[in-house]
Amino acid sequence: MREDRSQKTENLIYFPGCTLKTTAKPLEDSALKVAEALGMEIKEMPQWYCCGTVYSLAQDDLIKQLASIRNLILVQTLGHNEIMTLCSMCYNTLAQSNLLVRKDEKKLEKINQFISEQPDYKREIEVKHFLTLLKKVGTEKIKEVVKNGLSGLRIACYYGCLLLRPKEVGIDNYEQPTILEELMESLGATPVYFPYQTECCGSYHTAIKPEIVARRVYHILENARENRAELVVTSCPLCYFNLKDRQKNIKKIYPDFKKIPVRYFTEIMSQALGV
Amino acid sequence: MRLVLKKNKHILQKIEEISGENVFACYQCGMCTAGCPMVSEMDVLPNQVIRLLQLGAMEEVINTRTVWLCASCYTCGARCPKGVNLSRLMEAIRLMILREQNQDYVKIEKIVKESLPQIALISALRKFTS
Repeated sequence: MREDRSQKTENLIYFPGCTLKTTAKPLEDSALKVAEALGMEIKEMPQWYCCGTVYSLAQDDLIKQLASIRNLILVQTLGHNEIMTLCSMCYNTLAQSNLLVRKDEKKLEKINQFISEQPDYKREIEVKHFLTLLKKVGTEKIKEVVKNGLSGLRIACYYGCLLLRPKEVGIDNYEQPTILEELMESLGATPVYFPYQTECCGSYHTAIKPEIVARRVYHILENARENRAELVVTSCPLCYFNLKDRQKNIKKIYPDFKKIPVRYFTEIMSQALGV
Repeated sequence: MRLVLKKNKHILQKIEEISGENVFACYQCGMCTAGCPMVSEMDVLPNQVIRLLQLGAMEEVINTRTVWLCASCYTCGARCPKGVNLSRLMEAIRLMILREQNQDYVKIEKIVKESLPQIALISALRKFTS
């Protein structure tokens, strides 16, 4: 059974999403290098659409589900049964749309009728986040390929919201996740106690009222610092922006605030793997 | 806060229809408010939003900052002992306002003038515009 699973991960279809090609390019570059070093064969979808970034919570408006379902149909047409994502927002939106049509046959039927230019979606695609796939590879195998161990670097692992909630699509325990900590530990780092790891950073308010995000992020980063973290890692391009770029806004509100480096978890991995 | 209650069942029905949630399942334990990361920015607490819905005090609900501050982080729903998905109710209230007023909550020119990740722009526009 276990071998079967790892074989499937050998040829993965990857959905990048819009931000991975621009501000989150370092996330894509480092993740693909890490995957290669671990022998995972990853192929970007030849064609994909923006997923819409936030899952629509309206029960009466299916139009916002179309982008996600169109992407899942494309994966189905390629003959695959899994789609890999790197962005937490893409992961969440695709996974929640997938869950919606799995639970509700009538809605799926409506969507299928609307998307008449593509084959019907058969609900067989699994939406996976890169972290889940790394967990399948296993920490033992990752330890084997570590070249530059992180020698006890104290890391605060920040998950944010969309990797974990709603719990039906969460990749780990929604209150006390450990998937990033285990990964960082396998690279030789020391994950710190970090109760603010699942606290929302303020998300898209960054586009309208940055000070709201700055206040949220201040508490998150101070919590990391209190626990003597030297670095914060995350997987979401929006959390990354908020945690890193909003530090200049924090400084204006809380002049005593001391900056703390923020990196994508894949950047830290590629550094440890020497790729 | 002094409320002038004008019961409006029609709007409540609409909100329940859009959200798929039953507001009367809530027994006001306050767990949603206790865990909400945005609560210090809000004028009406998350559990109070549900209470206002239960009372049919729609004008009060529609005029809160709270519904626009909720960023759908799903913490409240994950912890609710009654399984009420408050994020959905917040979205339903926002949508009802956007649809009824046919007016965006945020104008494009209010977006900060700095380079942002696309996901920030798209999600803000999805949540704040009709």
